[in-house]
Parts: sequence; C-alpha cells; structure tokens
Amino acid sequence: MINSLFLINPSGEIFLEKHWKSVVSRSVCDYFLEAKEKALEPEDVPPVIHTPHHYLISIYRDKLFFLSVIQTEVPPLFVIEFLHRVAEMIQDYFGECSETVVKDHMVMVYELLEEMLDNGFPLATESNVLKEMIRPPTILRSVVNTLTGTSNVGDTLLTGQLSTIPWRRAGVRYTNNEAYFDVVEEIDAILDQSGTTVFAEIQGVVEACVKLSGMPDLTLSFMNPRLLDDVSFHPCVRYKLWESERVLSFIPPDGNFTLMTYHVNAQNLVAIPVYVKQSISFFECGSDGRLDVTVGPKQTMGKTVEGVMVTVHLPKTILSINLTATQGSYTYDNGTKLLVWDIGKLNPQKLPNLRGSLSLQAGAPKPEENPSLNIDLKIQQLAISGLKVNRLDMFGEKYKPFKGVKYITKAGKFQVRT
Amino acid sequence: NTISKSNSCIVHFLISFSPSRNEDLKEMLESNKESLKLEAMKRVVGLIAKGKNASELFPAVVKNVASKNIELKKLVYVYLVRYAEEQQDLALLSISTFQRALKDPNQLIRASALRVLSSIRVPIIVPIMMLAIKEAASDMSPYVRKTSAHAIQKLYSLDQDQKELLIEVIEKLLKDKSTLVAGSVVMAFEEVCPDRIDLIHKNYRKLCNLLVDVEEWGQVVIISMLTRYARTQFTSPWKEDGVFDEHNERAFYESDEEKTRDETEAKPYMMDPDHRLLLRNTKPLLQSRNTAVVMSVAQLYWHLAPKNEVSIVTKSLVRLLRSHREVQYIVLQNIATMSIQRKGMFEPYMKSFYVRSTDATHIKSLKLEILTSLANEANISTILREFQTYVKSQDKQFAAGTIQAIGRCATNISEVTDTCLNGLVLLLSNRDETVVAESVVVIRKLLQIQPTQHSDIIKHMAKLFDNITVPMARASILWLMGEYCERVPKIAPDVLRKMAKSFTSEEDIVKLQTVNLAAKLYLTNSKQTKLLTQYILNLGKYDQNYDIRDRTRFIRQLIVPNDKNGALSKYAHRILLAPKPAPVLESAYKDRDRYQLGTLSHTINTKASGYLELSDWPAVAPDQSVRNVEVIEPVKEWAPSLGKTVKSKPAKSSDDKFYSDSGEEEEKGSGSSSSEDGSSSSSSEGVLHILQNERVCPESGSDAESHVQKNSSQTSEESDKSSSQSEKSSSESDSEKKERKTKTPLQKKTVKPTSWTYVTKQQHTKTIFVNVINQHSVLQTFSYSHWSTLCVSLFTQLCPLSLAFPLQLSGPAFVPEKSHDLLHRMTGKGLSAQYQFPRQPCLYQPTMVSVQISLTNTTDHPLEQIHIGDRSPTGLNIHCFNTIECLEPEASVTVFMGIDFNDSTQAANFQLCTKEDHFSVSIQPAIGELLLPITMTELDFRKEQGKLLGMNESSATITMAAENMTSQPISRPVATVANLGMVPSSQDNVHRFAGKTANSGAVVLVTVELRGESTALITINTEKSVMGSMLLRDLKLALAQA
Repeated sequence: MINSLFLINPSGEIFLEKHWKSVVSRSVCDYFLEAKEKALEPEDVPPVIHTPHHYLISIYRDKLFFLSVIQTEVPPLFVIEFLHRVAEMIQDYFGECSETVVKDHMVMVYELLEEMLDNGFPLATESNVLKEMIRPPTILRSVVNTLTGTSNVGDTLLTGQLSTIPWRRAGVRYTNNEAYFDVVEEIDAILDQSGTTVFAEIQGVVEACVKLSGMPDLTLSFMNPRLLDDVSFHPCVRYKLWESERVLSFIPPDGNFTLMTYHVNAQNLVAIPVYVKQSISFFECGSDGRLDVTVGPKQTMGKTVEGVMVTVHLPKTILSINLTATQGSYTYDNGTKLLVWDIGKLNPQKLPNLRGSLSLQAGAPKPEENPSLNIDLKIQQLAISGLKVNRLDMFGEKYKPFKGVKYITKAGKFQVRT
Repeated sequence: NTISKSNSCIVHFLISFSPSRNEDLKEMLESNKESLKLEAMKRVVGLIAKGKNASELFPAVVKNVASKNIELKKLVYVYLVRYAEEQQDLALLSISTFQRALKDPNQLIRASALRVLSSIRVPIIVPIMMLAIKEAASDMSPYVRKTSAHAIQKLYSLDQDQKELLIEVIEKLLKDKSTLVAGSVVMAFEEVCPDRIDLIHKNYRKLCNLLVDVEEWGQVVIISMLTRYARTQFTSPWKEDGVFDEHNERAFYESDEEKTRDETEAKPYMMDPDHRLLLRNTKPLLQSRNTAVVMSVAQLYWHLAPKNEVSIVTKSLVRLLRSHREVQYIVLQNIATMSIQRKGMFEPYMKSFYVRSTDATHIKSLKLEILTSLANEANISTILREFQTYVKSQDKQFAAGTIQAIGRCATNISEVTDTCLNGLVLLLSNRDETVVAESVVVIRKLLQIQPTQHSDIIKHMAKLFDNITVPMARASILWLMGEYCERVPKIAPDVLRKMAKSFTSEEDIVKLQTVNLAAKLYLTNSKQTKLLTQYILNLGKYDQNYDIRDRTRFIRQLIVPNDKNGALSKYAHRILLAPKPAPVLESAYKDRDRYQLGTLSHTINTKASGYLELSDWPAVAPDQSVRNVEVIEPVKEWAPSLGKTVKSKPAKSSDDKFYSDSGEEEEKGSGSSSSEDGSSSSSSEGVLHILQNERVCPESGSDAESHVQKNSSQTSEESDKSSSQSEKSSSESDSEKKERKTKTPLQKKTVKPTSWTYVTKQQHTKTIFVNVINQHSVLQTFSYSHWSTLCVSLFTQLCPLSLAFPLQLSGPAFVPEKSHDLLHRMTGKGLSAQYQFPRQPCLYQPTMVSVQISLTNTTDHPLEQIHIGDRSPTGLNIHCFNTIECLEPEASVTVFMGIDFNDSTQAANFQLCTKEDHFSVSIQPAIGELLLPITMTELDFRKEQGKLLGMNESSATITMAAENMTSQPISRPVATVANLGMVPSSQDNVHRFAGKTANSGAVVLVTVELRGESTALITINTEKSVMGSMLLRDLKLALAQA
C-alpha cells in the first residue's frame, strides 16, 4: 500500500524519509516539487500526482507537506486519512506539528512511523496503543532516562492492541477522576452584500478529555438529540444504542479525543451572531478607494461575542492603505495584501468601525470585484444550535468522577461577500 | 538504476559523512556501555531518517541484534530492515537470532521477530520465511497471526513462485475468527490472489458480520473486496426500476400484518439474503470518523444497492466535505461522477457546493462541475445567480471555468439558453481578457447550437474583434464569421480585410481560421473578396508553420478552379460550408464511471497498476449454497431440525420473507460460530475467546445475574405482548422441538448461559433476532454493561420499524379539495386567486408547507408579470413561484409556493403584484395543514407517547353520533382537519394518527378512543402544546359534527 513517506518543508527541503518496502529514491519528489512550483499557493498543489512509475499522494498541513509514494491501486482517501493521522500523532506526542519539532525528535518520529505501518498497511494508529509502545517524552522522563539508562520503549504485552477495545490502554489509574466535554459549534455561512444569508449551517464537535481510572463505561445523553442530523463517531461509541435511544454509550479512550462530530438539522434556521455593514468602493477615475466596515451583534442569545476578527484579501493592485479603527487594531501586509482587523470583544453600545482610504497603483484598472470578508468570532458558554447535554452517567467503576461540560460557538468558514 | 543509486549513495556519503564521525559511531557501537551503544544507534537512525547513508556501519550494528535492551534492539531492527537488502551476506548473520525469537513465549517478541525477518528482502532466506509464516499462521496469539498475514505480502513481493503455498496460508487465515486478523488477511488476499474468489465463499457471512468490529483500515480493504465479490455472485438489483426494490424495502421495515401474500410472491426479483446482509452490515459504517471507510461504504452502495437505496450515503458524503482539503478533493471528484448519473441524490445539498473565495483552485473547479451537473429547470435561476458572483471572482482561471459552466447550463436547459447568452454577451465588455476570451469561445459554441437568431451577437463580436487579443477567442470569432458569413454579408469581408493586414503577426491558430474565413467568403461572395483571398493564400504559402502552408495549399486547390482539380472544386461549397453538428458540452467526469468509485484510478482517470476491474452483474446468480457453512460437531444434532423449520417457513406467511431469509443464514452463521465458541475452550486456537470471556466474566460478577433476571422478566412481558403474533407465525410443536434440541448443547456451555436461556424462551420468529444479536455479542465481546445494551437493542430489533427511527414521512391520507379565496376578482381588479393545501412535502425546503395557488385572469386584457412582492412579517421565509410573464384573458394558471409558517397559525401576508398593481393578500393556515404525516408502528407510537405526557398532553371527551363509531368515518374527519398518517392499531375502538410539524419536526400524536355509546376521548401528545390545544379544538369540532 503505502511505500514511502517524505516530509517536505515549504521551501522544498526533504527533511525526513521513511520506507516501508524497498527504498524509493528521493528523486521521485521532483515531480511533486515541480507541481509545487507551478501552484501559486501551497494549498493549490494537487493532492494526487501521477508519475511514470509511482503515484504521489500528499497533504499540506501545519506548513508541512506529507508526501507518500504509492505503487499500486489503493483508495486515495485511505492514504490521505493516514497522513493526517501521522500529523495528528506528531501533534499529540510533541504538542505541535512543525518542522523543528520533527527535527528535534527525529528518532522517535521514525520509530513511531515504523510502528504505525507494516509493509505499508496500518498496524497501530490509535494513540493509546502507540503511547504504550513508545512513551511520549516528558522532561521528567528524559532526566530519569539519562540517569538510569531505562528506555522509552515499552516491552509489556500490548494489551490495547490485543483487546477488542484497542483504543483504551489497560491499567489506567488517576487520583483525580475527571471527565470534561467541550461542545464546540462552528457556523459556516456565506452572506451576500445585503447581509442576507446565502448559505448557513452549523457543524459541531464534542471533544472529550477523559481521565478516569479502570474501565469506565460512560453514557452521555442530550436534552434535544433530535437537533442532530448527521453524526460520526469515535469507534468507541456503540452505534446500535445511538440508533435506538439517541444516547452516546462508550468506553472512552484515555486522554483527549474527539467523541463525535455532528451536523445540525438543516431545517432549523441558523442564528447569525453578527452583522457586518461594509462598503468598499473604488472610484472610476483616479486611483483611490474607500473602505468602511462596521461589525455589530445580531442574534447572540444574550452572550458577548469575543475574539472578533475580520480578514480581507485586498486586490493585488492596492498600493497602500490608510485606515483608522475605532476599536482594536489592524495589521496589513503589503506583500500578501492581507488586511487583518483584530477587534476583540464586541460592545453593543459602541460598534467597532474601520474606515479609511485605499490607494491603487497608478494606472491600474479598478478591481472587478470587491474582496470578501472572512469573519472570525467566538462566543463562550453557548452552543448556537441550542444543543444541551442532559447528563453523563458512569457504570463499571465505583468512584465518583468529576464531570464538566463547556459550550463554545465559533465562526467556521464565515464569509461576507461584498 | 542500481548504479545511479549507488552513485547517489556515494555522493550522499561524501557530503554527509566526515570519516572521523563515522569512526566515532563505530567505536561507540563496539563499546561495552549500553548507553553509548544506544546513543550511537539513535544517531544512526537519525541519519537514516534524514535519508543519509549509514550502510557501512552494518557490521558494527548487526552485532547488537541480540541485545537485551529492548530499545536498542528495536533500533537495530529498524536499521536491519533498511539495509539488509544492500548487505545480504552480513544480514544472514542476524537470522538465527530471529529464528530463536520466533519461539519466544512473549507474543510481542514473536511478532516483532517475524516482522523484521519478513522485512529483510534477501532471496536466500525465502524458505525460512515460508516456514515462519506457516507456523505463525497457527499461532495462539491473533496478533502474531496478523503479523503473518502481513508477512505473506512481503514474501510474495520477494518471490512470486511461492504463490501456491502462500494461498494455502491465506485460506487458513481467512477462516480466522479474530477481528484483528480479518483486515490484514484480506489485504494479503487482494495482493496475492484477488482472482481466487472461491476462497471467500465460506467466509463471506463471517466477514460481513465481523465488519463492524474490524479496525478501520481493515474495514476499507474488506469492503472493497466484498464489493467485487458481490458483483460476481449476486444478480443485479437494478433491473426492475425500483418498484420491486421498494417493495422489498418495505417488507424490511413494516410489521407483517398488513400485507397480503400474493404481493410478495408476484415479485420476480428477490434480493439474495447475503446481498442484503452486506448492505445492512455496512450501513452503520457511514457514521465512521474515518473518511476512507465512509467513502468505501458509499461506493459499495453505489455499485451494489438498489437504486432507491443509494441516496442514504448522500448525507455522509456531504459531511466529508467538512474535512481536510485533500479529503474534499477526492470526495468532490466522486460526487462529480455520481451527480452526473443521479442528480436527485445531491440536489437537496446544492448549497454545500457553493464556492468560497478561500477554497483552493482545484476545489473550486470541482464544485463548479457539480453545481453544473445539478442544474435543472427548477434550480437554474438560483445557480445562475450564484454563478454571477463567481464570474466576478479575482481568480480569473475560476471565472473562466464559471463561464464554461454557464455554457453547459445553457445547452442542457433550453429555457435559459437565451438568458445565458445575453449574460455572456454582457461579459464581452468585461475588462479582463481571459473572461472575454472564454465568453467568446462559449458563445461560439452556443451559437452553433442555435444559429438562426443571433446575427446581432455576431455583429457585436465583430465590433469587439479589434480589442480582443487572446488567440483562441480571435480564432473563434473568425470561425463564426466564416460559418455564418451569409448572415453578416457586409461585416465579414471587412473583417477579412483587417485580417489580411495583420495576418503575419497573428498566432498560428488565428492564421488557420483566417484562411478558412477567406475560403468561405471566396465561395459565397467572390466578387468582394477574391483579391483578398488570394493575398492571404499567398501569405500563407510562405508561412513558417507547415500546418498553415499545408492548409493554404489545400484550400487553394479546392476553391480556385483549374483544370486538374475540376472534380473536387465542384464540391468545394459543400465541403467547406457543410452544416456542422453542434458541439456537445459535457462534463469532464462523464466517463469516469468506468472506474470503481473511490479508487486511485478514478481519481487520476487512468488505470492504475494493480487496479481490479469491477465485473458486471451475472445474468444468473451462481449457486448460493456455496456460502453455507457446514455446522460442526456439537451443534450437528439440532441443525437438521433447524433446517426443517426454515424450509417450512416460506409456505407460512410470505410477507416476512425478508426476515425468514436472512434468518436462515443468520441462524446458520450463528450456529457455527456458537459451536466454535463452545468448542473453543478446548481448542488451542481460541485464545482470543478465552481472553474475552475472562474479561467479561470477572467484571460482571453479580451484575450479570441481576441482568439475567431483568432479561427474563422482560422476556415474559415481551412474549405476552407478542402471543397473538406467534399463533400466526410458527407452529407450536416446531419451536418446542427446537427448544429441546438447542438446550442439549447448551448445558455443556458455561460461558454465556444467559443469552441462550433467553433464546429458548422466545418463539421461533424471535429467535432469529436473538440470534443476530447473540452472534453479535459473541463477536463483539461486550463487557458486562453490554448486557443492558443487548436488552435494549433486542427490543428495538424486535420492532423493526424503529430501525428507521428518524421518522418516515408518508403520503397524505387524504387531500381535501377545499380551496380558499386569496384574492377576489373584484379587489384584484380582475385578477382572482385561490389557494389550497396540496399536503405534499415542500420541494423547496422541508420546513415549508406547500401551497397551491390558482390564478385566473377575468379581465379582457392580458395581465403581465404576476409575481410576489413585499411580505410581512419580514422574516417570513417564502419560496415564491417564478414570475408569470403574461396571463391571457380568461386563462388561469396553477403555481406552487412554499411558505415556512414557523409552526404557527399566524397568517403569511404578502403582496401579489402585477405589472401595474399590487394587492396585499394573506394566507392563514389551519393548524392541521402545518403537519406532515408520518408512519410508525403502534409500539413506536406508544413509546413516543410515553415521552410526551404531562404538560405535553391535552385531551377532551366529546359526544358523537353512534353511526360514526366505526373506523372509516373517524379517520375521514380527522384526515380532513389535519394532515396526519394512520397508525395501525390492534384495538378496534382506538384510532391513532401520527404526524410531525413541518418546521421543527416535533412529533404530534393523536389518539381517538371510542368509549361506550357515543362518547370519544381525543388525546393529543406533542411538545408544541399550543399547537396541541388548537388542533384539539379543531378535531373536537370536526368529530362532533361527524
């Protein structure tokens, strides 16, 4: 299946390679680098490239290219999904996924890759299993290791790998038993010039951080499960029970994991928490334009809107800008023409406004289309769809766990066309 | 190749290695200190990871292969696997260590030894590997067996001559019951012997049943293998245009009372129960978090499911679009292929394909592709409006793509051809060159389709000609001029004159078209253009490009008469000005469906190496019995009796055909697996089972017992309830016999007595379900809490409808024909409008109520532009009908609109406008029209009712006439008042109706219970209590009248 993996940084340097079958020369990456040269943005590099002898499937994530070499037919999503798992695994082990981190832990990453695939076929991709085999680095452990000469490599029987609950490691012990659930909802929307909604939907995810001893069996129920239209689960969730009872019943993995993702019933109207009043205009003659953007709260359910940020890709022909913001600050990168206005908290009494003039390069024609605004925002303690967790019950263990649920609403791909 | 490789190695070596450092590492590796060795190995592996050569350290490294330190050993293994191929002789030194490790009591060590041994690509050790694989294939530990399945592929790629021996091992491992092994062995099967479909037969049902519990990567491989398998073994479910399939589907969901037997017996296509089993067992995987699994289930449904069931994958595929960009890319590609054949599947999700300015270019063009495929008469206006935004995009490549898409829409949907054409002509004055050029090319194609009317556009384009510089666009205009030169007799020669001037500086493609234009004009209008043509032909004769010289020579011979070519030039007119077929604008994804969806070949649109064709359905199904699994020892005794009951079944009630069939195989499957379970305690292979059992038993302890009690109490309850059915379905003696027989082997069993006692208490029909679950439980190894799960799932399995829980809409029971006045002709100045509720689910948005409006013109002059104007409340969501351009006198027209009443009877006010006037009108819905009927079973109804008590219940007692006490007159007035579905009822005096509100989808349950002489109790349960009480008022009124 997967023959080799190359990690490549944005400037085209290959800084890690791993082969699971015969070694493939790294010159195969030239085809990819060529495609990368052609693409304007790293995101535009085609994920699947067909070369005379190999197929290259790549992902771009966290400013790194993960490039895999394939020799025979395989579902491309299989490879893409795996590559993302590799990135997530690095993130999980070392806290972030970046070139420096990989370079610092080269050997461990290599060993992990060795465990994840056997002959190109996934062997262990569950983080709980991997962590049992190769322990993640901690400062304490590295000190102990150097002093005592003990190793990072587990030699115990792979209980996780062998049980039918491969996602949970055995023998978990905590002094404080706690289970936290974050219900995070994202609003994806496209608004048109007049502020009417062209398209809006809510996607949610339940992230869990479960630190419970033993083999707890949890049941999470919602007040209004009927809101959920389409769901996908972590493998631990018993699907049958969801079908019949609309409750989530599961033996959780240890630590952080994504319990479920959901899509809110399209029949419910989506509340749009902010409105944006904007006018961007360029004068027909002369090389000037004006920009005037105001953001205000709309349907916020009485909560404060925080972390508001407006991002605009200005047209290439803009020479310079001169703006004033009544709240927050803005940054403008003349190279990428990216204008970012960081507003922060939204105050309904005094609406933040950004206005000023744009000047175009002399002689450049008036831009055809005004740039669209991308909005970012956050509302604490609110799930915009109205989803509420009803209760969490635990079976199978005697102790009383500490339980907590948090709601956050964010803007997903929230775009205002102008 | 090897030379170049070694060369590059040397180069690498020279660059990366200072000899001293290398010596340094060697020294460390040969030292006595473990920590130094470890440090050295880490550095060596670091070098490998960076792609640098460390091969000449091989002798120093290989010495450490037997090290006690696990971490060091692992690093040495990593090194060995990387370099053994290059240093074969030295690698042999390590083999004996692995051979020893293969016998280690620790399964982890055995497995890793096999992993490394099989990864050393040295031909000389093939026999050793073969032996090790064979041994590992019958290892106690499923983990080791899994490793051996992986090793099979490695050995096969090293030495293809071993194929026959390896197939034997695969055959053995395919029989393995462990979920751990299943994925890996199927992978080996696909690589070594994908054509040996016969190996699958006996394992087919097992694989289907195990599927849910296999790890996600294995699922992908198994599903794609089973897709191929199914296409060779089952007959096509597509032949009967869905009528019979639908029927089959109904048989699956509906309880058995209502159907007559001949309906089922009449159907010519019967889906093989094994086929159904596959579809049923893969469906839950659509909820997987792994996108590859979701995609593979989607392609399975696409290639195997009856046409009417395919659409269940839509929602999940649309969900994947939220995932990473690369995933989006692949999924969109597949949707593009699907949407060409089945527009309806994705049309409701059209908006999910709207393009964002932040999307990557390839994503944008795929979305455009899909939107174009989804366009139809109903949604084209929305799509075109969206396209208008895209055309203005800063991404010019994308804008050009959009113009092509508009062109495709225009050809596919004739209603909008003119609109599109006008829009494109407007784009000709766009400032951007690529946009203009693309528009010209697309207009050219469109004009070719409808050449008659558009000489204006051609003239317009001729005017623009001077400003257009893109060669393709210039060439297109020239071609148009030539082709339709008779329509623009004045302009064409002038264009030719201009071209003659600039000929030498034009691009080749433009020159060719100029020559063409000249030739055509020469034929039609030689008086004006003869000299020009000759001038151009002379220029062409000496052009640098041989194509142009060639064309010129050809044209000259053809059109200029001389003695030699007399015969041909007679036909010149017919050759050059022959009517040309219009180009077909079609999707680039049109022929991608020759590849299986979700494959690499589909993505790159060429056959990837190792791609396995999906065969066509066989005309006649191969023998089904090949999949039957022989029943082994302890169960043999009762197997025959079981067979008998099954055989007698079809004769009984044919409407539960589906269940009885699936039951048949299910029973057999479970029979074999339970027998396995029974015997496993003695066999050495059953380690996994033992493991599982150990895990189940000690944990459960006393709890299990209490569950058993619960079980039995529930059972008795359940059997009471179903006693009426049992009389119908199975003969008493049969089930008794079976009960006795089954008990015998059971008493020997100690492991899972609970489930079995449970089984024996059920009637025959129920046994089927229990078996399903029972078998499942055996495989899934539920920990103790699953017992509760089991009980619950059992109950839900027993009432099949709840499987389809997201409430199923049904058609309206009755559509009242009463229409209401919307606008009287007096107030409407001659325009009269009436509305009625057709009680159909609204096509535009599910939350809307559809309203049918008939407009009549009673004046003596045509009314123009009838449309909907302002509305109030302003937030009111109305799907307007398309503007009626003109309504002739005395004519009337019926249109549909959708109104989202938001579950309230508040009137929807809006303005009905004509060209001159506007009239305020309002639609006030009766409460019953805000509902949509749903089907549910009585059991479900009760369950739902149980949830909606207290505040949510409203009831009233009424008096009604005695002659109305039968069912028919009750359902009629109820159906007239409210759009509800009938729920089958087992009691004669209780009538139940169910529906849901259009906007929020809240369930509304109505019960009418007839009591005594002339009283009836109406109960309404709904969480929308206001609606409940309003509905109650209406019902009271209606029933009292009745």
